Formats: sequence, C-alpha cells, structure tokens
Amino acid sequence: MNKRNTYKIKTALSSAIMFALGLLLMTSCDLDTTQTVAKLSTLVMQDEFDTNGAPNPEYWNIDEGTGPNNDGWGNGELQYYTNRTSNLTVQNGYLLITAQKEDYQGSAYTSAKIQTKTKVEHTYGRFEARIRVPYGQGMWPAFWLLGNDIDEVTWPQCGEIDIMEYTGDKPTILHGSVHGPGYSGGNPVTKTYELMSDRFDTGFHIFGIEWGPDYINYYVDDVLYNQITPDDAEGEWVFDHPFYIIINLAVGGTFPGPPSEETVFPQTMLVDYIRVYK
Amino acid sequence: MLSGLLGISTVSCERDYSEDVAFATFPAIGEIFNDTPVAMGSDFYFPYDGSKPTAWSVDNNVSYMGSASMRVDVPNANDPEGNYAGAIFRVDGEGSGRDLSGFDALTFYAKASQAVTIGEIGFGEDFGENKYVANLTNVDLTTNWTQFIIPIPDPSKLIQERGMLRYAAAGIGEPGFETGYTFWIDEVKFEKLGTIAQPKPAILGGEDVEEQGFSGSAIDLAGRNLTQTYNLGSGINQTVTAAPSYFNFVSSDIEVARVNELGIVSILKEGSATITATLDGVKATGSLTLQVGEDFEFAPDPTLPQSDVISIFSNAYTDVLVDTYNPYWDTSTTQGEQTVISGQDILHYTSLNYVAILTATELIDATDMTHIHFDLLTADAPANFIVKIKDFGDDGVDGGGDDQEVAYTVPSSQITSDEWAVLDIPLSNFVGLTNKSNIGSIIFESVGINDLYIDNVYYHK
Repeated sequence: MNKRNTYKIKTALSSAIMFALGLLLMTSCDLDTTQTVAKLSTLVMQDEFDTNGAPNPEYWNIDEGTGPNNDGWGNGELQYYTNRTSNLTVQNGYLLITAQKEDYQGSAYTSAKIQTKTKVEHTYGRFEARIRVPYGQGMWPAFWLLGNDIDEVTWPQCGEIDIMEYTGDKPTILHGSVHGPGYSGGNPVTKTYELMSDRFDTGFHIFGIEWGPDYINYYVDDVLYNQITPDDAEGEWVFDHPFYIIINLAVGGTFPGPPSEETVFPQTMLVDYIRVYK
Repeated sequence: MLSGLLGISTVSCERDYSEDVAFATFPAIGEIFNDTPVAMGSDFYFPYDGSKPTAWSVDNNVSYMGSASMRVDVPNANDPEGNYAGAIFRVDGEGSGRDLSGFDALTFYAKASQAVTIGEIGFGEDFGENKYVANLTNVDLTTNWTQFIIPIPDPSKLIQERGMLRYAAAGIGEPGFETGYTFWIDEVKFEKLGTIAQPKPAILGGEDVEEQGFSGSAIDLAGRNLTQTYNLGSGINQTVTAAPSYFNFVSSDIEVARVNELGIVSILKEGSATITATLDGVKATGSLTLQVGEDFEFAPDPTLPQSDVISIFSNAYTDVLVDTYNPYWDTSTTQGEQTVISGQDILHYTSLNYVAILTATELIDATDMTHIHFDLLTADAPANFIVKIKDFGDDGVDGGGDDQEVAYTVPSSQITSDEWAVLDIPLSNFVGLTNKSNIGSIIFESVGINDLYIDNVYYHK
C-alpha cells in the first residue's frame, strides 16, 4: 500500500508498523520537525455497528434540523438532518447515513448527523473510523471532534479536530484540519492528502488521528500524512481537554458548493467501525 | 497458437510454459505511441474512405514528452486527396491483438494549431467486427497540451483487441468550405489509472423510448445513443460512446423481439417487448419499448418504367450508386439509414434534424428529369418537410464555388400521420436550380417530423 500511496512532502510511514513495534523512531525528510509517535493500543471505546436499527444510544446523540441558528450548521449546508431510517440506520454491520434529494421541512435535501457529546468524550488518544464515502459535487462527509466545552467557551475556542473531510467533486482528496482561536473557518491548520491510483468512494478507508499533549498525527490507511503541533497553530493550542466525536454527511455548503445536476441521489456514507484507543 | 505463445513469452519472465497451454493470451502492452509507434507492427495505419490518406505523420519537432508526437494535418474541404482526416491504428497481423483487460483507460495528450473541436477520438475499431468501439466525441482541443482520458466501458471484454486508436476530424467552417488545421497527439497509451469509477451506462440516451415496430424488421441499437459514463479521478463525469457488444441486452418478451450481441433487435411478431441492458453488471438507464402491431403497410408500388427513372432508393428499380443514406454529419442528430422490414428495403430515420443521401462518387445527371419522387410515412404530427437538392457544379466536387443547393418545402398539409404521403415534386419547384447534371446530394430536413420512413426516392420524367 505504501508504494501506491506515496506522500510527497513528508516521508510516508506505515502506522501499522509503528503500532506493532511501538517505535518512537521517525523517518522524515523534514529534519527540523521532531515528530512524536505514541503507542496507543488500549481500546477505550468501539462501535462496530453490529446491531441493526438506530445507532446505539449509549454512545450516540442524533442532531436534527438545520442547526441552532437555522443557517445550515454555520456553513450554509443545504440538508435537513433527520433521525428517519431513510437517512440514518445501522444495517449488516454498517452505519448508513444516506443523503436524499427531497423537499423536507423547507430544505431540498435530507441527511443525518450523530455525535457523542456527554457520552463519549476523551482527551488524547487514537481515534479512527473505517468509512466509505459518496461521490459527486456537493457531497461533504466528515468524521470530526469538537471540544466538550463548546457551550461554555464557544467555537472556535473549544477546538475542532477534523479527522476526515472530503468533498465529492474531488474523489481522491482528503482534508485533515484543526480549528482553534486565530485559526478557524476558512483559515484552519490543514493539509490535504491525495490518494494515488485509488479513490475514497470506491472502497473503505481508515481515517485516523493519534492525539497527544503536543501533537496530532493524521493518517489514512497505513500512511501518516501530517503532524500538527502547537508550533503550527497561529493562536492558542486548545487541544488538552475532552473532545467528542461527530459523524455526518452534509449536502452543499460553503466548503463543497451546492450539488450539480449530475450529483447522484440518494447516496450513502458507510461506516464500518469507530474505535478510540488510549 | 503461434501468436498466443508469443504473447505468453512477452508477459512472462520464465520460460516454463508447456505445449499444453490451452488458451491463447495476448500481450498486455498499453503503449501505442511515445516517440514512435509502439509494438504496432509495420502496417498499422488505415485511413477511412474519402479521408486524406497522408494526413497523419510523426512530427520530430513537436512533443509533449520525449522528442516526437503524432501529427494530423486536417485538410481543407477542397483538398483533392480528401476533405477530412480519419483513420484507425490497428495492431498488425491477422489473429493478433493485445490484452487490454488490465487497463481502465486510453490516455493521451493533445493540442492543436488553433482551438478546435475534433469529431471523434477513440479505440476498438479494427475494420473487422468493430465490436468494442468506444469514442470521445466533440473533443475540444486548445493550443496547449491537455491530457485526455477515455475510460474503457468494460475492460474485461478487451482480451484480444487490435483497434488501438481511431480518429475522425473535419475542417472548420461552413459545410463544403471548411479550412484545415493541425493537431498533435502524444504519449498515447492504455493504462490502469485506478481512479475510473462509478459507472453509469445508458442506452437510448438514458430515455425510456417507446416506438412502433413491425414484425420482420430489425433495429440496430448501435445508432441508438449507447454510452458509458465514468467519474474520473478529477471528479469529472466522462461519457464515452460504447458499441453494443459492451452491453448485455435483455428483451422482456423474446417471442416479440430479441437482441443479439451486436445489438441488432429482430422483431418477430405482434405484441410488446421492452429492451433493457446491463454493462458489466450495472443496469443501464434507458430502454426501448417496441409496440409491434399489424404488418407494416408499404408505400404504393411505383408504376413508371425503369427507363423513365433515375432511382436513388427503391426495390422497384435498379438504384444508382449511392455513397450513403446517412453520412452522420457532425451537426446532424439523425440516426438510422436503410433497414429491412419483412424482406423489403426501406429508409428509417429517427431523431431527424437533417440528413443527406450522398451520390458524390457518381454524380447524377437529372437534366432530362422533370420530378423528384419520394414516399414518406411518420407517426409524428404533420409538419413542414424540407427537401434540398444540391448540384456540385462543373468541378464535380462539394464546394469550390459553383455549387447550387436549392430547397423546396413540402407543406404540412400534404402530410397525414400514419399514412404514406406520396410526394411527386416538379423540379421546377426548386427555383434557381439551373444545374442538374452533377447532383451530389439530396437533403431531408424537418423541425417537427423526427421519426419517419422514406421509400421510393427517384427522379423521373
């Protein structure tokens, strides 16, 4: 896999090998950066989506509607999130989030968003999910974390870690970002990764981070493609408190732009598992 | 067997094959042209009839990569050697071919001497069965090198393909007066991109079409807008035309109609049958439902003696040499040409905007004739129907400044839906057509009549 998924800026590392050997040794062509890799292999939360029906309420809250300010969740997103089976269900070992084109509650599209606020919150760790995403202009799936103090300090002071963001018009491109005070919205600390000779919508890929006190490592499958440290943030580092997990499939919005005539509906984002290690 | 063994020897590093090898395999070579043609053999370039045979060359001064590219000089319309450029590149040797099943696209870089739209670039044409032709159509070239990706509709079909590349390009400008230009193609190869995904095949342009059919007749689905669309790594949906043999066709009632692997629908008896298709297991959008009614009623038989007639299309007469009943010109949407119903020849056009019957090779001298006759049957609502006669003039070629093209409009009042209109039009109605000794084409044109049968086309006195 490493041979195909060549990463051009920093040397790609096999995270599988790193975990197996627990090495702190790094290979990097960027000699000025000291990257830190931890061994995080103690499972503290996992959802394998093995029970058909609604997502397990022990872990998951279901967000509905168009956001607290009815502004498309702050991003101009076009979908109305629902808890209906046609948008959100667990079947045959997968979480299925399906974007539909339908007039519903004043929106032209429906989809779903689930999150673990107050139910699964962790500081540091290895967060990963195995996901197959949809394709086409306007599709905007994401697997991300928000600081659990969002209600007290508000965004972006609470911090946001985007483990996987992808827009369906660029089926080979993955975005990994952090948002915090002074580096948020259109100006996050971010890096994109291009899958070579493959795409994110034709099979499952593992999207993950390893997050420690002064670093967040981003990987896809067995390729480490970015490390973000406090030095990269043009502002306060706000990633030393508990975060919760969010999975959603947005349609349209400022980041991907609206769907086109050619965008296929319905389409489903499949999540095989979500696991958190310490 | 020999070529099979050769094939094995080129793809394997070990010489341990035995004489018991059961299946011939062919070399999985993707490259077609880098700085020279690759593994094409010596006799690989076959121009189309009427195209300029010398249009293609290797240009050692222009290249995207390396030292050379393929150069095509599209001729002017009045070029005596041919008024367009077009050819196939076929792997040399009967029974030869390449195994392209491990690739997913034909890719190349191209540019032109000016911004221009090329009619067709594709592959799969071998001047044999041409089973697996696939094309990009209306390919926009600019003066900068641009990469083009032609996805293979279903690579698993291409285990022995000789047709590596094909192109057809005409000049720019008014029909008959086109001016030529040059385009270059480089780094032509089949490759496995791994990013060709989300197939969306379609037949009948993705529409559910219902048509009247007649037992004993046949419909060629090749002309019915068969396509495969893939999403490329860039996120763009790229549609290619795909030959019928890429599809598996299914008839809902094989007693009424059945389809063979070349896409020929045979209509057998009264009833209704819907033709649908899959491509590599993916259901194609679009369908063709045939309502097969009573036997087809033909136009009245002509009664004039052969000696008074110059026949273009009629089973009642001996026809003159006709080049084509549909040249499929770039801006024409018209599909179909001659077909057979119950053993009788007939012209069947669908999606007509205009179509030409060409007699350019042997021009017609209708000086002694007084009328043009044809019979027209349509289920469409009556509409005006335009007939144009084009005389190529003394120079005998399309264009050149001495042509006459004159139209006559058959008023809608002379046409009734579902009844043969027997049209006998005095040539004097074609006002201004003073030359009739070098007639090279008849053009039918309509806005309202799009699906029609035509029979018994002839000049008479």
